[in-house]
Amino acid sequence: MTSSRPRVALFVTCIVDQLWPTVGTSTVRVLRRLGCDVSFDQRQSCCGQPAYNTGYRDEARQLAQKFIEEFESSGVDAIVSPSGSCTAMIHHYPDLFEDDAWRARAHDIAARTHELSTYLVRELGVEDVGASFDGRVTWHDACHGLRDLGIKSEPRRLLSHVKGAEVVELPECESCCGFGGTFSVKFPEISTAILDRKIDAIERSGAQVVAASDASCLMQIAGRLSRRGSNVRAMHLAELLASEA
Amino acid sequence: MSRSLRPVPNEMVPHAGPETFDANARDALKDKQLRGALRNATVLFAQRRVSAVASAPDWEGLRTRARAIKDDTLLHLDRYLEQFAANAERAGVQVHWARDAEEACAVIAGIAEAEGARHLVKSKSMATEEIHLNAALARRGLEPVETDLGEWIIQLAGETPSHIVAPAIHKTKGQISELFVEKLGIAPSDDVGALTAAARVTLRDRFAEADLGISGVNFGVAETGTIVIFENEGNARLTTSIPRTHVALMGIEKLVPAFGDLEVFFQLLARSGTGQQLTTYQSILTGPARSDDAEGPRAMHIVLLDNGRSRMLAHPVTRQSLACIRCGACLNACPVYQQIGGHAYGSVYPGPIGIVLTPQLAGLAGTSQLPYASSLCGACREVCPVKIDIPALLLHLRAEVVSKEQGKSRRMERLTFRLYTAAMLRPRLVAFATGVARTMQTLAGEGALAKPLGALAAKLVPPLGAWTSSRDLRPLAERSFREIWADEESAARDEP
Repeated sequence: MTSSRPRVALFVTCIVDQLWPTVGTSTVRVLRRLGCDVSFDQRQSCCGQPAYNTGYRDEARQLAQKFIEEFESSGVDAIVSPSGSCTAMIHHYPDLFEDDAWRARAHDIAARTHELSTYLVRELGVEDVGASFDGRVTWHDACHGLRDLGIKSEPRRLLSHVKGAEVVELPECESCCGFGGTFSVKFPEISTAILDRKIDAIERSGAQVVAASDASCLMQIAGRLSRRGSNVRAMHLAELLASEA
Repeated sequence: MSRSLRPVPNEMVPHAGPETFDANARDALKDKQLRGALRNATVLFAQRRVSAVASAPDWEGLRTRARAIKDDTLLHLDRYLEQFAANAERAGVQVHWARDAEEACAVIAGIAEAEGARHLVKSKSMATEEIHLNAALARRGLEPVETDLGEWIIQLAGETPSHIVAPAIHKTKGQISELFVEKLGIAPSDDVGALTAAARVTLRDRFAEADLGISGVNFGVAETGTIVIFENEGNARLTTSIPRTHVALMGIEKLVPAFGDLEVFFQLLARSGTGQQLTTYQSILTGPARSDDAEGPRAMHIVLLDNGRSRMLAHPVTRQSLACIRCGACLNACPVYQQIGGHAYGSVYPGPIGIVLTPQLAGLAGTSQLPYASSLCGACREVCPVKIDIPALLLHLRAEVVSKEQGKSRRMERLTFRLYTAAMLRPRLVAFATGVARTMQTLAGEGALAKPLGALAAKLVPPLGAWTSSRDLRPLAERSFREIWADEESAARDEP
């Protein structure tokens, strides 16, 4: 690497692209603030997780090949995504291929793909991104980030440096929110029962904002918060890290 | 106690099967008492487990060793089974092989009939539940009395276990008191000690008259032909020592190669299951009583049960299902189990390990909903003492369901995923479609038609309806990220 500026390709994810674009713009703002050269390939689409998790491996494999080919051509140092779940999916790619060459390519792409908070803390070694946010914030450990990627301390360290933010621990912070992709619509009643326990815990924490690093879990949580008429706001980590006084 | 108490044969409440899992779960969610009982019990089990795990010197090391032992056992299971059978026979055990549930039930009934047994007692065993042994014996007028307190409670109630280690976890203290008042004629009580004492009085009489004891097996040791049983109530020890004949039913995967291997599992099982450092009793049994022993059964039988297990050996992903030591930790940790309990699964093994085992043991027909009964959160994998990757197994089974199931509901899903993939391979198409959707959303959002249009959309697109039944839908953003990015890029280009 000749330039000192890390070259980063953004993998924005479907949900962020269509439903929560401010997570994407916030991710770009934070990365640029830290001196990254951020690129975005308009050809990108879904990582294939919905198909993979529902048992449609052939479909998932086609999308994995597309992802691998496109991001190989980006020639960047790192692929960064504001989602633990989609990043974990990229890390599953090698399992989709029996062909050695494709497995190797999948491994190479997976090794370069990072969830936002781990990229900032583990790769860039940054904990203070110069953000400030006024409010009481609690953190939900989204399952795939937590258990597939080992994300636990990174977002907490980043939040602890956000000026003005008071971080309170969420009771049962490692419990699932009940989303689970197609699970949330295959078994909506079970999904909602699990979610209600999460919402109760959020309310108990006394936080004004519940934050996570997955827009999918946040969509589930926000959808129930608003249905229950709660005043608590759901925000993505990137949005908090991008905010300035 | 003067009242003679024998359970009425075949009084089982017919719980709905796994094919109606979704409806069963909805019913369970409406049961406030059930959910209260589940919440208390699963939280307590989980807390106890955490402190018990902390008391182990090297938990991760233990888990790794346990899995390595199980992997070796399963890879060479044929050899270890032969070794186990030969050593058990040398110790005086009569070893039987059962290919399936029917054969196993027939063998056990045959032993009971040959021995002229009339009073049977049984200690807790999931394998006997799996083969529906009680019902099979009841048809011959030989239904055994369950002697584990929880199992006895649900036998009295005519129910089935709803948890692997805590079979009556779905019942509250009040419900148990009511049951005892009705069945034992005791005075109502909310004192656990008094309820337990009433059970003990009745069960002691059953032990005293028993002529055949049936047990399960936690571990079988290949190098010695020994079986090991973990328990807390002493009932398994009485079941295996008072009656003149002892029959143990053992799944073929229960083996460990060497006696020394037990040390690892002794540290793992109770900590994971009940949050104890060790169960109160560990019975280590090698053959029946010797001729000079004052106590113990005169005859001992071990029935080795396959019932679909050898099929799982073939593939490395499915093989790990056989490493399970039935601790039940994954049930307590599972957000789905915590909400619906065990009966909703409609199968003997509930929870995460159940939705993995049942479709493999019974086949996918009628069980294909089960692998989907998980959010894939991975809490089960995290607590599993033998590191079974349950989410990976679920994904494997889901792929199998998709490749094999041709039903009508699957046709719609298959079409949806084909369209989704076709669209995702062409992002311009997605951009166009979402653009149209956004326009419609904007138009609907501004008019009086917003509500009826939303309701219509929810009806036409079932997943949308499923979502909005309990959660507000996040609308499509006014501008997608890719549009914002493109705008900024062209603005930057236009700047002088």
